[in-house]
Amino acid sequence: MAHIISILGPIVRAELDGERVCIQDVAYVGELGLTGEVIERDQKSALIQVYEETEGLKLGEAVTFTAQMLSALLGPGLLGSIYDGIGRPLKLAGTRISRGLKLDPLDRDKLWSFTPFAKAGQKLEGGEYIGAVSAQDAFEYRLMVPPDKNGRVSFVAGQGEYRLDDTLIEFEDGERLTMVQRWPVRIARPFKERILSKKPMITGQRIIDFLFPISEGGSASIPGGFGTGKTILQQTLAKWSDADIIVYIGCGERGNEMTEVLQEFPQLADPKSGKKLIERTVLIANTSDMPVSAREASIYIGLTIAEYFRDMGYTVALMADSTSRWAEAMRELSGRMNELPAEEGFPSYLASRIASVYERAGAVRTLGGDTGAVTMIGAISPPGGDFSEPVTRHTQRFTSVFWALDKELANARFYPSINHLLSHSAYAISVKSWWEAGYPEWSELRLWVIEMLQRDEKLQRIVKLLGSEALPEDQKLTLFISDLIKEYFLQQNAFDAVDMYASPQKQICMAKALKALHQWWKRCFEEKGVPAGQLKDQPIVGELLTSRLGVPNDQTEWFDAWHKRMETRYETLLLTFGEIS
Amino acid sequence: MIIEYTGAQKLKGTLLFFEPIRDIRYGEKVVIRSEGKTLNGKVAALSQSVMLIEILGEPYGLNIDNLRVQFTGNIFELGVSDKMLGRVMDAFGEPTDDKGEIRHDKLLPIGGSAYNPVQRAYPNDFIQTGISAIDGLNVLVKGQKLPIFSVAGASTNDLAAQLVRQITPSGKNGAVVFAGIGIKYEDAQYLIQSIRSGGNFERTAIFLNLADEPSINALLLVRSALTFAEYLAFEKGYDVIAVLYDMTNYCDALREVSSRREEIPSRKGYPGYMYSDLASIYERAGILKESAGSLTQIPILTMPDGDITHPIPDLTGYITEGQIVLERELQQKGIYPPINVLPSLSRLMNHGASDQHRRWSAEIYAAYAKAKKAEMLAAIIGEEEMGETEQRYLAFGKAFERQFITQRNEENRTLEQTLAIGWKLLALLPPTALTRLKPQDIAEHFQ
Ligand SMILES: Nc1ncnc2c1ncn2[C@@H]1O[C@H](COP(=O)(O)OP(=O)(O)O)[C@@H](O)[C@H]1O
Ligand SMILES: [Mg+2]
Repeated sequence: MAHIISILGPIVRAELDGERVCIQDVAYVGELGLTGEVIERDQKSALIQVYEETEGLKLGEAVTFTAQMLSALLGPGLLGSIYDGIGRPLKLAGTRISRGLKLDPLDRDKLWSFTPFAKAGQKLEGGEYIGAVSAQDAFEYRLMVPPDKNGRVSFVAGQGEYRLDDTLIEFEDGERLTMVQRWPVRIARPFKERILSKKPMITGQRIIDFLFPISEGGSASIPGGFGTGKTILQQTLAKWSDADIIVYIGCGERGNEMTEVLQEFPQLADPKSGKKLIERTVLIANTSDMPVSAREASIYIGLTIAEYFRDMGYTVALMADSTSRWAEAMRELSGRMNELPAEEGFPSYLASRIASVYERAGAVRTLGGDTGAVTMIGAISPPGGDFSEPVTRHTQRFTSVFWALDKELANARFYPSINHLLSHSAYAISVKSWWEAGYPEWSELRLWVIEMLQRDEKLQRIVKLLGSEALPEDQKLTLFISDLIKEYFLQQNAFDAVDMYASPQKQICMAKALKALHQWWKRCFEEKGVPAGQLKDQPIVGELLTSRLGVPNDQTEWFDAWHKRMETRYETLLLTFGEIS
Repeated sequence: MIIEYTGAQKLKGTLLFFEPIRDIRYGEKVVIRSEGKTLNGKVAALSQSVMLIEILGEPYGLNIDNLRVQFTGNIFELGVSDKMLGRVMDAFGEPTDDKGEIRHDKLLPIGGSAYNPVQRAYPNDFIQTGISAIDGLNVLVKGQKLPIFSVAGASTNDLAAQLVRQITPSGKNGAVVFAGIGIKYEDAQYLIQSIRSGGNFERTAIFLNLADEPSINALLLVRSALTFAEYLAFEKGYDVIAVLYDMTNYCDALREVSSRREEIPSRKGYPGYMYSDLASIYERAGILKESAGSLTQIPILTMPDGDITHPIPDLTGYITEGQIVLERELQQKGIYPPINVLPSLSRLMNHGASDQHRRWSAEIYAAYAKAKKAEMLAAIIGEEEMGETEQRYLAFGKAFERQFITQRNEENRTLEQTLAIGWKLLALLPPTALTRLKPQDIAEHFQ
């Protein structure tokens, strides 16, 4: 029997006794059976990275090998669950996670009602649907032939209640399919082809949907120093994005943040389906006090689960908070293996690993012929908030959206603290047609907002040195309207019941109101020379500002009435200005 | 019977290379004796050809010719009991006061282990600190880990002592665990006196490791103190406030130990695993579903060169639930407590404060940020040249620092007092600037 011959931190070497051991096979180490993964092999021994604390192990303790790679168990029951970095269900674990704990990720006794799609005699390829399963009237899990299997159906179970391991399909070659399948987490699940999705993932966050949109199947990164709002933004996107499924990975971050999601999501309703948010969510938690060695795996577990739902034809949004901790875990392991470090101690394969992770995002035609998407959003925690560090730089290269969070904005409690000068999105053009189909004004308003912000940027340099009083009146108008764009439109409070989610309709209304206001200001100034300060201080402006927190998404008629009042007000001003009063 | 082994092969720094022996555990506690000297050690690596023992303490005076090692068969554990309240102890939990032995109820591994987030209860309960900059703008919540980022020359000791005095739960279930890490004797004395002057001497346990002790003891000390704090909170139901002071000394000790182990250094020579190491300390705060008590952590650290991007405050800020940042400039202006609220943050405020309180706070933040900009402008063009709005912000900023932030060292303000000062200050601003309040807030407070 294989046994331990050396121990150094999470790295254990086992002398083999004729076992068949491949790289990346899962091993159980020592009397407690700690879970680990083979990372190196030589003639006589295997080097194992142990995913649990190794303190207390002795030389000579037994090691067993499973001949399987680290895999995720995929099937009904995933939604609403929370797993640790190596896929153990945390709802079944104790207050402190005991070592060597082995738990079934899915409930094997639960009955699910199955409706078959496949028929006897039919030839089925990998990825094709065999039927669907639902619990109560919650969510429909579409069951598919595992990607690496196919065959001609000789038996189909009838409609009815089944357990996870009951045979639902039998192929002529004897292969049986149940509700569950296993998939090695480090291997991307295959699909037929990538497709270009022109649909934006609507997030309800104005600065994102309007200025830096993300499309379904897109990839985005959120770099930001501590306290700039990465986690709140990720949680906000997890709450309000119009994806079918959310996979949320807490990777090396606070335990309480996962507790918070667990507490909040069962209470909030998905704006699209009306069901509880938790019913569309899978959580993965490797909190910062859990072993670092399992941190690296957590991202892959999450990706595999996301791809599984994609293969059901759903759109999935995957949040990883924070990918820096994943990269650091890689660095730590690499260091222990005495690999030659490249920049900042990270291994030379850092960039390619980052690329291969984000490559697993995308909108695809599935093997079964359906369409599905995984949209991936990774938070980055740059040391010292410095974006020139390797993880930020490489991630920026491999993602198409960059939401750069800004310390100074966060300090002034301006949220989301997305710096509009440093951020960018490659999808602004591709999502245009979707927006214009429903809201023809979108592009024009968007360009207007961008133009104002650009002009404002130039003016701010002067203001910093000379004060706003130094500007001519017409430039003050630009300054004031940009101020409103920022305070009223770009700023959004994630904790306000109204402001937390702005429908596309409300976003358009808000932008339109600002633009109309600006036009009136310009007119009043050009025709009668009304001073900028006076134009800005009209109570009608204050009224508009209250609509951010005060006007719910389903009451956008409010804006029509406001426009009427606003026009009357400035018309009167135009008529009476300069008259002796 | 104690069995001692010989077999030392090499002694290098604090690493002892030893002949492997059967049945030794990785991480096991050992006792090393040589030339009349006794030191603790820990098995740091095991292989068939050699065993590596890390010596916990200064290795001078050890001689491998007569060095013997006793293997205890156990990993590091701390004896705990509530008799440790009111006592002063060292890194190993041994009393250093003159009140005699402590009888222990049980032994607990000092490394702790990860909490299951499913079994945590989210901290929600507001703790009034009596300090406006905290209660108003950076609410402290029971079970939170909220550090103080200090700078050399700021009145850190006064603030720390005031804070601990004013938040110590008054019921019989309140307790303070103070971990003094590598601090100067007089600082330690002063702090202990000020904390005790609150009258809860019997419910304060002090773990002290002074600046002249071997640095590795600092690593044990924090863990011992937290193991005891967890025991009080989660097994005995106390509401515990744990003060860790000074975490900068802890991190420097970690760096020293790491470099002795010849590990590859990361930023500024600190080990690459410092994030995880600090997380294994800070994450021990919180509330658990199955226990009655709570563990609130107030780590205090000194930002080297006042630089918040230095790895120590940086990694801490990435783990803790906010930070209270002190600033030398405010101190020089004569402002106590010298808290700069802009970089300060409480991440749990969203749960610990009412909706209106949060809007009020966001508004004050926005205004103070503008005031700071106006201050910079004033330095360039002079106050007279500034527009009216900018001048109003300038006035707001001054009043804010003098009336809101400033308070006396023994002043314990109620939340209502704090909020009232804030509303008064907001009235200095033009109403159209108040974009974060709701109409009803304005109606309630300004008309
Ligand atoms: N959109 C937002 N609306 C309101 N407050 C926010 C928002 N984003 C962040 N915050 C505040 O900032 C704090 C820090 O945000 P967090 O996401 O935890 O930062 P990070 O993950 O970048 O360290 C939060 O606790 C919250 O108080
Ligand atoms: Mg975060």
